Amino acid sequence: MGATLIEKLIRHRTGNESAKAGDIVTVRADRVMVHDIFIPFVKDKFEEMGFQKIWDPEKMVLIYDHLVPASQVDDTRHFRIGDEFAERYGLTHVHRSDGVCHQLMTEKGYVKPGDIVFGTDSHTTTYGCVGAFSTGIGYTEMASVLGTGKLWLRVPETIRVNINGTLPKNVQSKDVILRILGDLKSDGATYKSLEFAGDTVERMSVASRMTMSNMAVECGAKCGLFAPDEKTAAYCGITLDDFQQSLYGDDDAVYEKVLDYRAEDFVPVMACPSQVDKIRPISDLVGTKIDQVFIGSCTNGRLEDLAAAASVLKGQKVAPFVKLIVTPASKQIYQDAMKAGYVETLMEAGAMITHPGCGLCCGRAGGILTDDEVVVATNNRNFLGRMGTSKVQIYLASPLAAASCAVAGEIVEPC
Amino acid sequence: MERTFSGRVWVLGDDIDTDIIMPTEYLALKSIENMKPYAFSPLRTDLAGQIQPGDILVAGKNFGCGSSREQAPEVIKALGVSAIIAKSYARIFFRNSINNGLLLIENADLPDLVQEGDTVEVEVGKEVVYQGKSYPTAPLPQNLLDILEAGGLVKAMQKLNGIKQKGEADGRDTD
Repeated sequence: MGATLIEKLIRHRTGNESAKAGDIVTVRADRVMVHDIFIPFVKDKFEEMGFQKIWDPEKMVLIYDHLVPASQVDDTRHFRIGDEFAERYGLTHVHRSDGVCHQLMTEKGYVKPGDIVFGTDSHTTTYGCVGAFSTGIGYTEMASVLGTGKLWLRVPETIRVNINGTLPKNVQSKDVILRILGDLKSDGATYKSLEFAGDTVERMSVASRMTMSNMAVECGAKCGLFAPDEKTAAYCGITLDDFQQSLYGDDDAVYEKVLDYRAEDFVPVMACPSQVDKIRPISDLVGTKIDQVFIGSCTNGRLEDLAAAASVLKGQKVAPFVKLIVTPASKQIYQDAMKAGYVETLMEAGAMITHPGCGLCCGRAGGILTDDEVVVATNNRNFLGRMGTSKVQIYLASPLAAASCAVAGEIVEPC
Repeated sequence: MERTFSGRVWVLGDDIDTDIIMPTEYLALKSIENMKPYAFSPLRTDLAGQIQPGDILVAGKNFGCGSSREQAPEVIKALGVSAIIAKSYARIFFRNSINNGLLLIENADLPDLVQEGDTVEVEVGKEVVYQGKSYPTAPLPQNLLDILEAGGLVKAMQKLNGIKQKGEADGRDTD
């Protein structure tokens, strides 16, 4: 009997060779991430619990991203408490203005294939893109992990998603994950591991896989995993060891469900207001007038996303009255995009390029909208009130589609 | 936490979400005590007032789905519910419950059989007995039992760190 990817990972990491879906095990964390919003709460719980020191300060990464740079006076308190915490407990990994937490965790090499990582953010599932088990937890649990280095978890059942074939050229990995979310629905993978496989995902870049792992949580999943391969190794700057090479789901493993997709069947789609699983083909939405476009976030603010946007906007102009906001997911991406000429292309087309960070995705940085305004955005959530008032209409889309809409001033299919 | 106990059951359906357990409009009330009367109000307005300490909630699949609000397990615990028996739980609710010292029991069959007002007997980590018949339940690992028995994760960690619990007799050391 074979094993799923998550079963193999947990068996190796716990030494419990019979661990299987449904079992509850205790694991050691390889890395933990806390961001600026929760650091005051983590600190309070940690000290209330009576801990004097962090089990391994080198393993904690503190990242300021949601509130950077501060836009409200109260935000500054989070930085003060974070800085005091870092000083008191000897943190060595603190990022104060380098980009979105999930981008930095992979980009800076904090996460490797086979690692177990916890973060105080639901999109911590992102690191499944390199074959790590990573998931979001509350601040009370984070406080206990900081003290003990350990956390219990239930080995999740796996939904295997096979995608084979060649995607149409106007379809990106964002369209793929949105379609899957539409099929599974918002609770379709609750407590489950999503395991992506097939020759289509094997050909995807790590950045494209990151988009899919990031959004796995939108159908309730605990993690969204890809088998590590040569691309993963190159991205992480490592050679895969035997354990890391073994991290793929066996064909004869017990899967709760197997979804099979033909890549050729995918079309450009959007998640319509205000549910992430309310998926419609863009062809059904053509002609909807828009007020703003947002290209950025831990979902789609990477170099290849900016490249896709630049390819659409080269020599074009953003439609009158449409505001195009582009937020690189990290400082590194920003610099790389400048070197590649994407920043210049986007700016010449009329885009505003903002500082790296969560930006408009969490409704804190500039760009918020008001009642009945329509925004096409490349991030991961279109919940009520996410980018301004509760009557803002948020459509989630790929970078190609978002850039195309910016030029047209209305929803159009990317070409 | 008692290892064996019995309680009267209240029967709920599938997909009881955290908005039902504690509606958003009451989340900003000062304390969990203030929220108690509104628990489950979208579904059954009288239920919170009827639940007595020691009662047991029985439900179908995906109990506690929806938002991550920790007020949901906290208010159920504050109502005095001794355990929930359901076919399955949503992930974040499950963790939040254990961390708040609320016992969750999973059983696929029992929720379809019991009638509201019946009494069931629970032996933690072993079985639920209903009308003389045993329905086995998965044993909880010791570390989860430790959290439950301590009364939640903060208290469990305080115990680990040798911090005296509120209300403990003076001069008595914790181990």
